[in-house]
Amino acid sequence: MPQAVIRVENLSKRYRIGLHEQRHDSLGGVFFDFIRRPMRNLRELKKLTVFKSEEEIDIIWALKDVSFEVNEGDIFGIIGRNGAGKTTCLKILSRITKPTTGRIEINGRVGSLLEVGTGFHPELTGRENIYLNGAILGMNRREITQKFDEIVAFAEVEKFLDTPVKRYSSGMYVRLAFAVAAHLDPKILLVDEVLAVGDMDFQRKCLGKMEKISSEQRTILFVSHNIGVVRKLCTRGIYLEFGKIKKIGNIDDICNEYIRDTKVRKKAQSDNDIVMNVFVKDNQGKILKDWKYKQKILIEVEVQSADELISPAVDLAFYSNDGVKVTAVQSDRLMNLKNEKLRNFKICFNIRNIGITAGQLYLDVGLRCGGDTVYKALEQSVEIIPVSPAMLPPYYRDDTICCLPVDCYIGK
Amino acid sequence: MFYKNNYPFKQDEFILIEPPKRWPKLEFKEIWAYRELLYFLVWRDLKVLYKQTVMGFSWAVMKPLFSMIVFSIVFGKLAKIPSDGVPYPIFAFAALIPWSYFSSSLNSSGMSLISNTNLLTKIYFPRLILPIIPILSNIINLSISCVFLFGMMIYYGIYPSWNILFSPLLFIMMALTALGLGMWLSALGIQYRDVNHAMQFFVMMLMYAAPVVYPASLIPERYRLIYGMFPMAGVIEGFRASFLRTRPMPWDLIVIGAFVAILIVFTGVQYFHNMEKNFADVA
Repeated sequence: MPQAVIRVENLSKRYRIGLHEQRHDSLGGVFFDFIRRPMRNLRELKKLTVFKSEEEIDIIWALKDVSFEVNEGDIFGIIGRNGAGKTTCLKILSRITKPTTGRIEINGRVGSLLEVGTGFHPELTGRENIYLNGAILGMNRREITQKFDEIVAFAEVEKFLDTPVKRYSSGMYVRLAFAVAAHLDPKILLVDEVLAVGDMDFQRKCLGKMEKISSEQRTILFVSHNIGVVRKLCTRGIYLEFGKIKKIGNIDDICNEYIRDTKVRKKAQSDNDIVMNVFVKDNQGKILKDWKYKQKILIEVEVQSADELISPAVDLAFYSNDGVKVTAVQSDRLMNLKNEKLRNFKICFNIRNIGITAGQLYLDVGLRCGGDTVYKALEQSVEIIPVSPAMLPPYYRDDTICCLPVDCYIGK
Repeated sequence: MFYKNNYPFKQDEFILIEPPKRWPKLEFKEIWAYRELLYFLVWRDLKVLYKQTVMGFSWAVMKPLFSMIVFSIVFGKLAKIPSDGVPYPIFAFAALIPWSYFSSSLNSSGMSLISNTNLLTKIYFPRLILPIIPILSNIINLSISCVFLFGMMIYYGIYPSWNILFSPLLFIMMALTALGLGMWLSALGIQYRDVNHAMQFFVMMLMYAAPVVYPASLIPERYRLIYGMFPMAGVIEGFRASFLRTRPMPWDLIVIGAFVAILIVFTGVQYFHNMEKNFADVA
């Protein structure tokens, strides 16, 4: 039974938002306003920290009754849209701000990484900033000296160690900043969105570092918008929406739910009497579970409707696991069913030679009649599971989700 | 405290986060635990202080030196303010040394929260160390200009009295006053930014409340004790008495000032600590 290292109980955090101010358009009004303004300003500023009742209209709850537990060795993901309370949650956990209600128990040294390069001073050299930033992140001098060479190598800035960081390129700056942070080794690491920096290679390096940390039985709390990364790294997590927990548990379930919510979907208009089924098959007609690179597949969309559907069309859209729409197909661009009246029918898509290599793909199916109005959208996405690496051509790069069938030669 | 007893971590690694109390307890142990960060932040201040300047550390002397020249002309020559029997320039300079330490410490200490909002909103540390930093980093300027003062004393042929041994005491009094006021002002200023606009004016007014350009002997005897309530009065007069032997040590001013300084620090720490919970939210 794994031990809980973080236990959060009924955590809430209240903030005050600014209200729209009254404007005066007469000169007298402006004048009186000028006189009264200081008193009002004082009240407003005071209200920033003093809360009278629960029901004031300009209060928002950045977090409301959030409870969860994180076990030792977990990589715990926190996902949610902007303003869902992810960062607030992390800030409370790292003791930067206090909760309004609730209680958190943490067992172990906490290092938090809400930003890379906190406290970096542009006038100081790379070497000096490593020490400064290390101290700010909670390392002591001995620790920093021990890891100094490792940090420098990780950041690839050996040549510029004695240059003030204000002369660094932004890439170098970020690399150095992250390198210091990556060498922090507390029992519990809180990380906010910092991976969204640096180029592809560097990001991969950072992910590797995080994976290594978690393999050492240390706990990571990870906040991100990048569902692909969250899915890859985390084991469990929570999905926050408007300050409340929408879903908690296994990371795959959470990410799926998040992606379902995120996808821009046209609202189905009248889907009462329509039943739609989707089957993903191989070319022998067997239902497919794994979808291998370059394998032919057949997608059958079965529609049963009480009423006749006039000029029906089916849309397929493929999403990668970080919510990016990879490609989409519309049946009415491939074949003509214009003015056809159908009740029960099956539309099949025969997909040849698919070059997509994303770990998982989500299939979104929509039914239209004529124009653009979607009549029925399939609620559950169909998952198409990983490509085995052995199938991939040697030139494929694993930081992409698509592999083009390509030849290369010297031209004459 | 569900695993406080059965968990294999050290007791001090257990962190409990709860809503703030109205009167939080002061955790001096924690400040001590973060002394390394304090050291590095002071070091950062010193490192960048005179970066990319031509004159470098001689600015530490230049600032009081130029004030001295202006004061000697305006107050010494034109207004003919008495200078307790020593030449006006050295009379003013001996006061400007503690005063520039005090005013620049107070200024940066009062602004310490606002100028470090990036730290405040991104990492945890006892916030109390922020107003302490300038109090420590300004010591370097103070020491450099003290060396210059000795040079001037040789030039004017003035020898210090044995009371110079008390100058560390005066320094502590001055540092505590700057720190206490700095904590009050920074904690107020992070929420009410008016404080920062008023600060410059406030510091300038304080200068005339202290015997910088005039001797304390100009203050009528019956107001002397009230005058001494501003700790810098005792500090500056004491400084002059011990370095320039203008007068006997003004123990009356020093004792009153010391009491007030302790009061300011005590209330400042408490106020700062009470407001600390809001800093990240209003910054």
